[in-house]
Order: sequence, then C-alpha cells, then structure tokens
Amino acid sequence: MTKASRNYNYAFLDEGSKREIRRATLKAVAIPGYQVPFGSRELPIGRGWGTGGIQLTLSLIGPGDVLKVIDQGSDESVNAVNIKKFVGLCTNVETTTEAQRATLIQTRHRIPERDLEDGQILIFQVPLPEPLRIVEAREEITKKMHAEKDYAPLWLQLYESLIRYSKVTIGAEYPCLVEGRYMMNPSPIPKYDNPKLHEAKCLYLFGAGREKKIYAIPPYTEVVSLAFDDVPFEKESFEGRHCRLCGATNTYLDEVFDQRTGAQYHQCSDSSYCREQRGKD
Amino acid sequence: MFLNETPVLSVRDLVVRFGEGCPACLNHQGSMEKNRCAHCGTVWAANKVSLDVYPGEVLGVVGESGSGKTTLMRSLYFDFPPTSGKALLRDYKDGQKNIWKASSAKQRMIRNNIMGMVYQNPVMGLRMNYSAASNIAEKIIAAGSRNAGQMTYRAKELLTAVEISTSRMGEAPRNFSGGMQQRVQISKALANNPALLLLDEVTTGLDLSVQARVLDLIRKIKALYGISILLVSHDLAVIRMLADRTIVMLDGSIIESGLTDQILEDPQHAYTQQLVHSLL
Repeated sequence: MTKASRNYNYAFLDEGSKREIRRATLKAVAIPGYQVPFGSRELPIGRGWGTGGIQLTLSLIGPGDVLKVIDQGSDESVNAVNIKKFVGLCTNVETTTEAQRATLIQTRHRIPERDLEDGQILIFQVPLPEPLRIVEAREEITKKMHAEKDYAPLWLQLYESLIRYSKVTIGAEYPCLVEGRYMMNPSPIPKYDNPKLHEAKCLYLFGAGREKKIYAIPPYTEVVSLAFDDVPFEKESFEGRHCRLCGATNTYLDEVFDQRTGAQYHQCSDSSYCREQRGKD
Repeated sequence: MFLNETPVLSVRDLVVRFGEGCPACLNHQGSMEKNRCAHCGTVWAANKVSLDVYPGEVLGVVGESGSGKTTLMRSLYFDFPPTSGKALLRDYKDGQKNIWKASSAKQRMIRNNIMGMVYQNPVMGLRMNYSAASNIAEKIIAAGSRNAGQMTYRAKELLTAVEISTSRMGEAPRNFSGGMQQRVQISKALANNPALLLLDEVTTGLDLSVQARVLDLIRKIKALYGISILLVSHDLAVIRMLADRTIVMLDGSIIESGLTDQILEDPQHAYTQQLVHSLL
C-alpha cells in the first residue's frame, strides 16, 4: 500500500457505509428485480461515472477477491482502467482481465461473452434504474405502478414501435420481467445480452449511484424480456459478419471504421474474450 | 321493458365537495350562492346525486355549465374520488360492492373492462403522440392481452366501425381533425366491449355536419352493441335525438328526471321550463 492510501479505510468506504450497502444488497437479492433505495456515498469520482457499481464493489470486496473491470466490453478503456487502479490502490486485491478468474466483475454496459460460474458476481453500473421512466416521469407514480404490477404502458411502447416501424426498436436497456413480478431495467446492455440474465449461475447486482438504488438478479432466476406472444423477443443478429481479429461469429460485434481509409469492419466488443480466442490459434 | 331489469349502473347520494365545509353548509342549513356556501366558500359540485342506468338505455344528463354534469362523469370514471356516495355496477361483484371503495388496481380494471369514457376534450382521453392503433391497443393491453396481431385486428375493426380509414391507423391523433379525434376516442372506449359508455359533451365544439356524423355513429353503436350510455350534454337537440330518459341538473343537484319527451314537452321545474324555452 502506498502512503496516501494508508490514510483511508480498507476499500475506501468506512465500515458503517459498507454495512449499509451490504444490507441493501441482501434485500435486493431477497426481492429479485426490486429497486432498494440506499444512501449513496460521496466518492472521489462524480455521480454518473459508475459510482453505484463502485460502491457495490467496494462494499463486497475482500482480500481473497480477484477483480475485473470492463467498460462496454473493453478492459483497457479509461473508465475501466481507472476504476481498477482506484480499487486496487485501496484494497491491494489482484486484478485480472480474464472473466473466468475474476470473483468480482464490475461492468459498464456489457456482460462477458464467456458464461459466468457459481460464486462469481457481476456488478453493473446503472445510469437510470427505473424501467418505467420512459413512460412516466413521476417517481411517486412509477412506485405505485410497480406495487400494482401495472406494466401496460411499457407494452404499449412496444406495440407503438411495431405499428410505426414494423419491428421492436429498443436496442439497449431492454426491459425484462424478473421472476414474474418486477419489471427491471437491465442497465444499458445491448439486448443481445438479455438472454444471459435468465437462469444464470452467477449473481447479478445493479448499482445506481446518482439515483441511489440497488437491485439484483440472484442465481437461477427467471428473467423474461418484454415481448408479445406472436412477436417473439429477438436479439441483434450479426449474420454474415465476423470479428476482424479473431474471426468469431458468435459474439457481440462492434462496428469500427478505419480512420485513414474509412473502411468499415467489425470486431468483438469483449476484448478479453477476443484476445483469448486469438491465443488459442 | 328494460326498466324491469337490474340497472347497469346505480349511483346513490353522490356528493363531491371542494373545500372543507363549515357547520352551516355541512348541515345544509346555511345560505348558498348557487352551489357555493356563502359562509365558507366550499363548492358542492355534486350534492346527493342518485341515478340508474338500465341495460341498453341512453340516459341523458342536461344542465348549464357548472351544474355538476362533468363532475358526475369524472368521479364515475375515477378521475377524482367523490366526497361520499355509492356507485354499483352490475358487472362488478354483481352490483354488491361500491366501486368508489375498490382498490386502485380494481378501479383500473373497471375503467378498462366495464366502462368506456369519451371526454369533451380529446387530449384527456387520447395519447396524442401515439398512433390511433396504439390508443386502442392500450385498452386491450390493460385488459391482459399480449397478442399484437389480435390488437391490430381489433384496432382495424373498431376504426372501420367509426369510419376512419385503416390506412391512417399508424398516424397520431394529433394530426387528426376534431371530429376524427372524437371518433378515435369512441373506438378506444369500445375496445373491450364495455357494459357502460360515458359520453361527456362529445359533440361540443364540432361543426354541425361533423356533429351529425358523430351522433349518427353513437346511434349506430347503440343499435349494434346494445350498450348502455350515460350521455352528458348541454345541447337539448343532442339529448332529444339520443336519450331515452333524461335528468336535469342545476347547481350540483338533480331537479327533474323522466322520459326525454316528457321533460322536453312538459317540463315541471321552473329552470327546466326556462331551459327548454330558451333553446327551442
């Protein structure tokens, strides 16, 4: 530990704060998909930069943990690198880029391509936890709608996009019903990742620092993406495309443009998976 | 004769009060300026209103502005809770339970499945930025259907019934004319085959030829679906054309009721006499 970080408590937050966050997390796990309010703490980064996720990470992390941080699939982006540096500085835990080695993975807007296992925890950074916010601006009303399980306006939104564009146009933040009870916003992951939430072996935790909410999907929980009986849920299709680096056809691909030539190509959004695939060959 | 049957809707002693009230007006002893207590300023928007709507009948409600017609309609549609009173629906718990005491989830079910409302101002009844088809689908979704094809089929069916071309069902009612907006509202209200249709000044503000089309449509709906209608209007011509029975409201109370012809030809109350006289 460096001299500066020795002045802080282990994992930056004081023990009382960590306990409060863990208590909210336990409640969230007990009521899958329900948004539990918590007292979001001040951190050395601004609200809206992943403070919800960081607080979850800091309150759960212990000396034996291995941490991985990803930002839209990438381990190398500024946000991911700095969060990893910060947590490393105040805990001294080992960090990794390999999804299967990590016990805690903090992520912004992606789920790793590799399926997570028992005992692993995936922590999402959530900007807007409320799935009903697009149809109702008032918190008082959305709370009531959750209480009465009144999700008709979301279905209407879905129907409207079918009428207007003949297809469902929601790409990210695709709402899903957790364990048949609470409608949940899975954070801005592409809808490609939604099926991975269903009956997963790992624990998913969601933290919204600015909005002061924590929610969770415990292992082996039913998660159903919003869809009509006769218009099934469909994730993005990358048919006919492959990763330019590893050649994968079964991953979520980012569209990239060559700055010099302007040529368009695709590559895996999950950079560590891509590197792993290339190492195999 | 339909008057022998169980009423679709019974309202008993509806009171809607805006204000706390004072000993004088709460005991109905103080002097009133119209429906406003002279002492404390409390407005008695509806005062002991009772009525029955029988199966297949059109009950007209007439009265001047501020007489409590819309207050009656909007409290029936749960837009605001009444101060006191009882409303029973034949199709809700066999008319044994007061709908104003039901939970908000139950009230939403009643709004969606048993009643349909057409507001004077289409902005209140329609989602102006959603397509006409979605406006109808909203009701069907709320009733529990999760089948998009079924919704589209029903939307087409209803829009055709109100003479709106199905080629325009993807357009938002914002872009429609006033008469078309009213017809979309009517089709939305009919989406779940309700037992009771509440029409609040549906033709007010429309020009005469459009008024005639909307009125024709309501007559057609009545003949076709045998639905009961509670029709509020200040226009006696509309009442004469559509209503079987009529009640006359003044300052929040019912002052006269009876068969429409009887009310219009042989009014008993001084106010009704004046109303019929001034308009005919």
